[in-house]
Amino acid sequence: MTAELTRGQNHPLPRARLEIRVSAGTPVVAGATLGDENGTIHGVERVVHPGAPTLPGLEVSRQAAADHRLAVDLDAVPDAVHRVSVLLALPIGGRGPARFGAVAAPFVAVTDLDGDEVASYTITGLEAESAVVALELYRRQGAWKVRAVGQGYAGGLAELLADQKLPEAHQLAASIHEAVASGLARSIPAPPAAAPAHRPDHGTPPPTGPGTPVPPASSPYDPQGASAPGPQTPGAPGRHGAQQPYPGGPGESATTGQPAAPAGGPIDYSHPRRQNTAPPPPPPAAPPAEPGQPARPVAGDATGWSMEERLYNQVWGMFEDLARTTAAYRSAVDFADSRMEKELDQVLADPRSRIGGQGDAAREGARARHGQLVAQAREVLDRDVAQLVAEAEVVEPALPAAFARWDNPVWHAYRVPMEIPMALRLGDLHLPEADRIRIPMLMRLPLERGLWIDSGRSASLDGSFADSHEMRRLGLETAVAHAARLLAVYPAGEFTVHVIDPAGSGAQALAPLVQSGVLAAPPAQGAAGTADVLARLTQRVDLVQMALRGGAPDALPPGLDTSQQLLIVNDFPHGFDDRAVNQLRYLADEGPAVGVHLMMVADREESAGFGPLLDPLWRSLLRLTPVADDHLADPWVGHAWTYEPSLVPPGSQVLQQVLAQVAAARRSWGR
Amino acid sequence: MTVNMTKGQAISLQKSDGGSLTSVRMGLGWQAAPRRGLFGSRTREIDLDASAVLFADKQPVDVVFFRHLVSDDGSVRHTGDNLVGGVGQGGDDEAILVDLQRVPVHIDQIVFTVNSFTGQTFQEVQNAFCRLVDETNGQELARYTLAGGGAFTAQIMAKVNRSGQGWAMTAIGTPANGRTFQDLMPAILPVL
Repeated sequence: MTAELTRGQNHPLPRARLEIRVSAGTPVVAGATLGDENGTIHGVERVVHPGAPTLPGLEVSRQAAADHRLAVDLDAVPDAVHRVSVLLALPIGGRGPARFGAVAAPFVAVTDLDGDEVASYTITGLEAESAVVALELYRRQGAWKVRAVGQGYAGGLAELLADQKLPEAHQLAASIHEAVASGLARSIPAPPAAAPAHRPDHGTPPPTGPGTPVPPASSPYDPQGASAPGPQTPGAPGRHGAQQPYPGGPGESATTGQPAAPAGGPIDYSHPRRQNTAPPPPPPAAPPAEPGQPARPVAGDATGWSMEERLYNQVWGMFEDLARTTAAYRSAVDFADSRMEKELDQVLADPRSRIGGQGDAAREGARARHGQLVAQAREVLDRDVAQLVAEAEVVEPALPAAFARWDNPVWHAYRVPMEIPMALRLGDLHLPEADRIRIPMLMRLPLERGLWIDSGRSASLDGSFADSHEMRRLGLETAVAHAARLLAVYPAGEFTVHVIDPAGSGAQALAPLVQSGVLAAPPAQGAAGTADVLARLTQRVDLVQMALRGGAPDALPPGLDTSQQLLIVNDFPHGFDDRAVNQLRYLADEGPAVGVHLMMVADREESAGFGPLLDPLWRSLLRLTPVADDHLADPWVGHAWTYEPSLVPPGSQVLQQVLAQVAAARRSWGR
Repeated sequence: MTVNMTKGQAISLQKSDGGSLTSVRMGLGWQAAPRRGLFGSRTREIDLDASAVLFADKQPVDVVFFRHLVSDDGSVRHTGDNLVGGVGQGGDDEAILVDLQRVPVHIDQIVFTVNSFTGQTFQEVQNAFCRLVDETNGQELARYTLAGGGAFTAQIMAKVNRSGQGWAMTAIGTPANGRTFQDLMPAILPVL
């Protein structure tokens, strides 16, 4: 169906209402010029660009972005116009690249309003050019056609416009760049665009607060995944302009494909907050594989509506592949073992083998066949693991902060997010057969179960027994790392952490949380403090539950903090009486549904005095260990996976830096 | 292109260009036979189930059927249970995908079976077929029609076995009786 055009090739256009999608690895400016039969532009009013984004039949985005959607309604284009040139240019200034040769080849596609591609064109071979005419839509005998042009200009927009005989080319080019720069100023600059994989997620737009004027920029053509990475300044225009409830202007109805209302402007029936239902931009394509080699992996090579979802699915795909590949290897080795045993038994049972070398030869044969099968199985495993290792090498650096290890540079570029991520990395998983690969353990948010950081003495895998004091310290450090990560990935003020540290023994490990001021209150100490925190949280669970069950969430008292709550309990059961234990169990059972989560740092042995009363509590929590331990099973085959917590590298200040930002954001939100 | 296989016929799964197949689909399709006489339009629901048994040296190692949709190693996948059979014409109602490259090295035979879970015999089934499709390009490699509907409730359709470096397929077509693949084990062992 799709025609993949090469330079100079043309293709008929089936209908007049079209979208032109642009994806470049880096923010670009998109525009269009309207020319006559000879391609001459008569005046600046025949150019659509970020400074003047609408003309009859055409609309472009106001911003530079890596992905654009240009709306075109060829029926609405003036009759005098015979040629519509779609142009791309690199924004001047900023940190972006200055020539197309330095970025991935831009891809443009003409699609109909359903998103079905009519024709597409990848603009290759650009070098020093900073502006390019990508496509040309032109009239030919009353019908419109598209031609792949790909004409670049090293002199940038000014040269491009001058080439189309626009007298005011230089002034217009300057004003376009100025408009783009002012657009950029509204959004947080993109990180140095290394790979398209670093594109921000295309999640739901931040809710536009009441009283925040909706700038006209939020037109339906605002690019998906505009140059702003994830977080935007509060009140910035939603990136999914298509859901903006108040579109206006003649060109708008063309793209959204809605019939214009007779008066009062078009009506947008789409849900104002719902995810864009337009198809997501295509996943990054794998570079062509060399013959005989498996295709090289690409980050984000999975299904999903956003890069985040794709990466999440990809990680789970890798997890499943590794589990199954290992299952194949293990079952082959088991089979080889049992076959060899059987054959050796036969040799032993056969009286003839006792004489001469016959028995030895049979034994040798059985061992050789065993070795051969195991070697074959190992070869297959190594092949698969090598592929997964290569995949992990591209996926790990592309992960967003919530999915990334603490040593990932993405944490150094941390900004307080505006949206809750899909999932959170709790640690790494690996199997003994494939020690080279670590699978991120991603847990969906909001948490469905509490966490139990087991500070009990466990025979750690490397055989070194940490004493119980050391384990307790490690346990609390792990808990702090998890809590800090949760605080960091939630938007400011939407996650609150309480700490119960009855004996005050965790002061040192808790210091990063306490000193940065991200806690709701200082750690509660003593029996009284414990009882107080538990009572408040229990009351909150009660209230929210009552409100939800009664169908009256509006009736909650005004002062109630509606954010997600996390309670870290250190030194359990120290300082807990029966009443407190019951409250804790209540929180573990009922809390997650109403946004109250539990994180216990505890040694099960120490609470043995409570008897079986606490067994359901331990069962309801997800057990994590502060040291590597193989206690987690995958959902497919049930291998025992070795879990390693996600810890901050020793000596790194990243935790403090991140928490400082979180604290600053919380203060500015008045929490 | 399609080979219409007869009972016991074996074909090699080498591609014509010499490359070997990497991924095949065993598709099973059927339609319920309409009842004769009054209320003939009220066709009865027939639930046929496709299963695949993985053998290593004549020992069953793993089974893929409607309660275990993916073999532990991930190489054999069942697309899901179809309880009523084909409403349309000729499509696969149940399919089992085999990634031949990922089949563990010790697995040397994969046997495909069909059972009537609801207990009707094949006399009441119309247009039942089993076919092998090259999953990479959708080309049908072999088709085996469930001959004439005898009074039995299961059939061992075909097996895919290692031969040399690649794989070969043999049409079996042995009738048997049973509700699930477990009942068929005695009938399967002789054909290995």
